[in-house]
Amino acid sequence: MESVNAKYVSQKISKTRWRPVSHSSLQQPDIFATGSWDNEDNKISFWSIGNHGSSGMDEGFEGDPQLLCEHKHDGDVLDLQFLDQDRIVTTSSTGAVTIFRHHQNSQTISVSQRWPRVHRYPCDNAPCTGVVCSSPEIVTVGEDGKIIVFRADQEGVIRVIENADSSTIHAVTYLRTTEILTCILYLDDVLLPLHCVDRHPNQQHIVATGGQDGMLCVWDVRQGSTPFSLMEAHSAEMWEVHFHPTNPDHLFTCSEDGSLLHWETSTHSDMPSFLQGGRNNSMISRSAMAPAGGNQSLISTWLSGDSSKGRLETTHMLPSQTLSVNSLDVLGQCLVCGTDGEAIFVNRQVPV
Amino acid sequence: MEELDVEPAITNIPAASDGKHLGFAWGPGDILAYETLYMAPGMCRHQHKPLSMFSHSCAKGSGCSFIHEVRKDEDIYSPILRKLFNESHHIFVGLQTIREDLPSKNKKTQFVSISKNYRSVIRACMEELQQVAASVLVLQVSILLAIELIWNLCEVLFIDAAPAGPLLLHLLDWVRLHKGDVDEKAREVLQSESPAEHHDYWDVVVSYVLQGRFEEARQMLVKQATLQPAARNMYKLMDTLLSKMPFYNPGGTQTLTEFDVKWRHWHEEVDRCLQDNSFASNQHLEIICKILVGDEDTLLEHKELLSTWYHFLVTRLLFCHPTVKPTELHYYAQSCMTMFLDLRSVPEPLDSILLAAFEFDIHQVIKDCSIALNNWWFVAHLTDLLDHCKLLQSHNLHFGSNLREFLLLEYASGLFTHHSLWQLAVDYFDNCPEFGHVYLELQIERVPLDTERKALKVLRICEQRQMSEQVRSICKIMAMRALRNNRLGSALSWSIRAKDAAFATLISERFLQDYCARGTFSDLDLIDNLGPAMLLSDRLTFLVKYREFHKLYEENRFSEAAKLLLSLITAKIAPRSFWMTLLTDALPLLEQKEVSHSAHCALHCGFGHDLCFSKHT
Repeated sequence: MESVNAKYVSQKISKTRWRPVSHSSLQQPDIFATGSWDNEDNKISFWSIGNHGSSGMDEGFEGDPQLLCEHKHDGDVLDLQFLDQDRIVTTSSTGAVTIFRHHQNSQTISVSQRWPRVHRYPCDNAPCTGVVCSSPEIVTVGEDGKIIVFRADQEGVIRVIENADSSTIHAVTYLRTTEILTCILYLDDVLLPLHCVDRHPNQQHIVATGGQDGMLCVWDVRQGSTPFSLMEAHSAEMWEVHFHPTNPDHLFTCSEDGSLLHWETSTHSDMPSFLQGGRNNSMISRSAMAPAGGNQSLISTWLSGDSSKGRLETTHMLPSQTLSVNSLDVLGQCLVCGTDGEAIFVNRQVPV
Repeated sequence: MEELDVEPAITNIPAASDGKHLGFAWGPGDILAYETLYMAPGMCRHQHKPLSMFSHSCAKGSGCSFIHEVRKDEDIYSPILRKLFNESHHIFVGLQTIREDLPSKNKKTQFVSISKNYRSVIRACMEELQQVAASVLVLQVSILLAIELIWNLCEVLFIDAAPAGPLLLHLLDWVRLHKGDVDEKAREVLQSESPAEHHDYWDVVVSYVLQGRFEEARQMLVKQATLQPAARNMYKLMDTLLSKMPFYNPGGTQTLTEFDVKWRHWHEEVDRCLQDNSFASNQHLEIICKILVGDEDTLLEHKELLSTWYHFLVTRLLFCHPTVKPTELHYYAQSCMTMFLDLRSVPEPLDSILLAAFEFDIHQVIKDCSIALNNWWFVAHLTDLLDHCKLLQSHNLHFGSNLREFLLLEYASGLFTHHSLWQLAVDYFDNCPEFGHVYLELQIERVPLDTERKALKVLRICEQRQMSEQVRSICKIMAMRALRNNRLGSALSWSIRAKDAAFATLISERFLQDYCARGTFSDLDLIDNLGPAMLLSDRLTFLVKYREFHKLYEENRFSEAAKLLLSLITAKIAPRSFWMTLLTDALPLLEQKEVSHSAHCALHCGFGHDLCFSKHT
């Protein structure tokens, strides 16, 4: 692991996301957005790492992210997603949802649309904890237990699902275009809230979640309400989990304990591991029944994750002793993450 | 009461009306002052520069009522200085993990490198501040410059603790680092058309000589030599003198005594040149020769080039006593300061701090810095580093903790008042063995909890340190908030996390009331999946089991349902208000054929039993 440099930015980063690159070009991502939290004046900012395909460039300080522009944000930025190349959606601790537009030519940001106080209690604002979008549709969830659907170009809300739960909904993701999956809690022996969820990019029934105890769970949503496999990942809350979008054998998690883990599962085994048996004491694996005569390639390796045969490797990606890593995003070979130590780390040579 | 070290500074509150008597209240990092109606006789006002000031208007009663917030430490709110706090926190945490059992030589190198890390962080901040170039920041830049100067000197004298020989070399480096304008001037001169005729030329040459940078001085002199071929021999002589001056080589085989002999030899040679009037015809070279021989008057004539007494000190040592021992430093320092400064001018705080450092009085240095600076950052980190180097004697203060801990606690408490930097403070408290835990307990409850995510982070901090009181208190706050907003499931999860039985009971009651009011349960997912957590409180157990009963009934598993209901009735964990409900629930069961005979009887008995009970209550 080569040394990763920290850029100190004077704000605690709650979310960071790469700007999507078009699939046709093989460019590495070069712009990312961050949102801050716990400040009196929170901000969203756009940064550039100046990655224009020059592979011979020296790693290190040349790759320092440069601030392009920033804009004030009312309340903590609790979630942030790119709607398209120029617009981001943010959710706030004041219960508002805002669309910001980044004007590339003038390097300014303007508020494109805003829905204030969509998440609220009768007499108070409720923080809006998660957002997912598939342009032009936006879905948000909040501490008030509501799920709200918007369209980017329309004023009002399209649909509100009230009282989806009387607990806080922490995270949301798309399962299929018409279904969303929200994340509250699950049971193994103890009741524990889940904080983050991500869907496998190719196999849509596979979902990974991370929870308050730092356990990484992989689920098959077609089959029941217990997770397929449980892995002890972190010693504190896991804040984000991401499958690599183009190389889903790689998974990344980050946590309150200050670590960012890179999980890599390999597919080079003839025999499915649930037939190999064996247990590893750092991991409990309960595999469901695979379809009889099932083709190995259809069964995702995540569902049969068993690290005892060296099929699952985990590496730390940050120097130790950082404060909580609140957010990460990975695209191509680039990984960006933000911490409570007010630092951003960018790694441009992630081995995927 | 102890004597005060300095007169307390007086702060003007411009917005306060004349003649008003102010009341005040202490806050964690500031003072709130307000106007009162009391009229004190003979109040006078001193005119002093105010520190930082904010005014908030408050309720408008009779007369103007303002609350003024007077804050001492503005630094933590500066966005650029925040990086200083974050980066130094990282270094601090790393420093605490250095293992005690390493051999002291390795530790010293590590400590020196950590000290350099701290200094580079200060420099980075300084550079960034300079780039911003706002007038307000000029003061901050100069404070950072002074801080780095002091830290560097402390590193040379205390942490690196160089002996005689290398000591002078380190001090030379120190002076060179903090006198950047020489290079600027030199660049200007060299870039001009004819450098040797530039009006600053000789200033540059002399500055180089004063800093012991003979290579550069010689290169400059060559330019002048080419212009004056007639004086070629003189320039050659000077060049020889400059090139032959011995510098102690710490890595070499030469001992200090040998070096001293060589140096004296060279010194005599220079003196001879002076006596011979070899440079009499060229006043500049004559001056340089006098400097080389260490003539104090000549040195003092160049006060503007030296600009500070400590530069004068190092230069004097270079040309008079290059083998100076650390213990001798303070004699020279005191005399140099006296010689350099006007008798009338009052020594600035920086001067007395540096003097204290030369006297190896660490405590005085720390004390003076604490008074002069408005933020504990510098003294806290420096003292911590010095403590790790085992340089501080245990100096017991009134509060029972030692100096290091006291300063760290003060610094961290200041951080805690910041809406964002409080997270850094936690690590500092962790490393204060005596009082850190208590301070943390008191402070962590004051962090405002706006969102669940923040509450979770604070909880994690408390749980990791076994602060169960605070855990319970935070969970209760969050649960009450959820309850107020009718988020029963959320409230229940919070009370389960706190293992708060009383609260869980309260919430279960609300659930049951909800059920009575609406006929259905509101949070089935949560209740169905509680698992062993349901044993937290009787009422909660009842709630879960009651829900289970309903589930069994809906699934038409009547015998099991009946058994469960029976156990619920007999276990007597149902709230009194619920007994009628339970009994009415039992009625349809009695009609079911699948209910076993024994269960039937038992239900009848239970029925009767409770009917009797209910008659008497």
